[in-house]
Amino acid sequence: MAHIQEPQVTVLPPNKEKIKKLWRVAGILGIITAFEFLIAFTMAHGPLKTSIFVGMTIIKAAYIVGEFMHLRYESKVLLWAILIPLIFVVWMLVAFIYEGMKLSIINF
Amino acid sequence: MGASYGKLMMWFFLLSDAFTFSSLLVTYGLIRSAHPAYSGTVDAFTFSTEYWPIPEKVFEAVPFLHGIELPLVFVGIMTFVLIMSSVTMVLAVEAGHRMDKKAVEKWMLWTLLGGITFLSCQAWEWTHFIVGTDTPTLVKDFVNGVAVTKPVTGANLSINQYGPQAFADFFFFITGFHGFHVFSGVLLNFLIFYNTFTGVYERRGSYEMVEKVGLYWHFVDLVWVFVFTFFYLV
Repeated sequence: MAHIQEPQVTVLPPNKEKIKKLWRVAGILGIITAFEFLIAFTMAHGPLKTSIFVGMTIIKAAYIVGEFMHLRYESKVLLWAILIPLIFVVWMLVAFIYEGMKLSIINF
Repeated sequence: MGASYGKLMMWFFLLSDAFTFSSLLVTYGLIRSAHPAYSGTVDAFTFSTEYWPIPEKVFEAVPFLHGIELPLVFVGIMTFVLIMSSVTMVLAVEAGHRMDKKAVEKWMLWTLLGGITFLSCQAWEWTHFIVGTDTPTLVKDFVNGVAVTKPVTGANLSINQYGPQAFADFFFFITGFHGFHVFSGVLLNFLIFYNTFTGVYERRGSYEMVEKVGLYWHFVDLVWVFVFTFFYLV
């Protein structure tokens, strides 16, 4: 008779401190989003409003990537291997928005 | 790099996916900045193909509250749902580190619920966007080579009532591509839940698969943070 051996598993108790920290990050993300809503309806459209939104988005992204995706606690080589290539995105963004504004002058 | 092969490859896949999403969002920025912006007051705003619409006037509907203007409320709820499902995912990963099968199952189910809720919300939002508002917008169009001005409600890939045609095209492409990622994420999460439930990871002695799919799921949340800012807020 075949006998399947049950795996011996030791379940550790929940890491209270870690879980509390995760909920705190969730709270920060919620507060930043609520603040974005506040700005969306109280400020006039313009470059300042856009920069505030971009800044807050980067803060939120840093929390998600750093804490939820655990990148802050991985080795530094991995961190930079992910972050450095993203410089190209910033370059692309600046180049194309500039191009778009020039096109706007030509077309309209 | 200190991470296992699987996690490392997931990171590099996500990096390449980030490039795909950035190219979509950067193109959105290019086309938007190449169109005239609306210059009047927010209250006096009406839809026109002459200028780029302000998003809070386009996305102001909430299910069951027809005719009431609630700018960006529904998309705010969607953002909240996705962030919460990211939290439950990271709690599932934490439970996996402790080999706690029951807790992983519980948190994976919550994550699945969040993902499915988000997709349902998006289905409603798309339907509303496609059907349109009660009052039509006059849009210039070509019918059999003749220029005509006709009333249009709703939007599709060839004509739309909200503004320049590119606005609707970008809405469908960007939120659609993100929605497809959420859909794949829900399938992967279900697979993880199933394998946890049947004890695959317990027998393997490691819940690392939860972590890898977790990375993907957080990435989907991350992309939404950017889509939310650049498509709905700015």
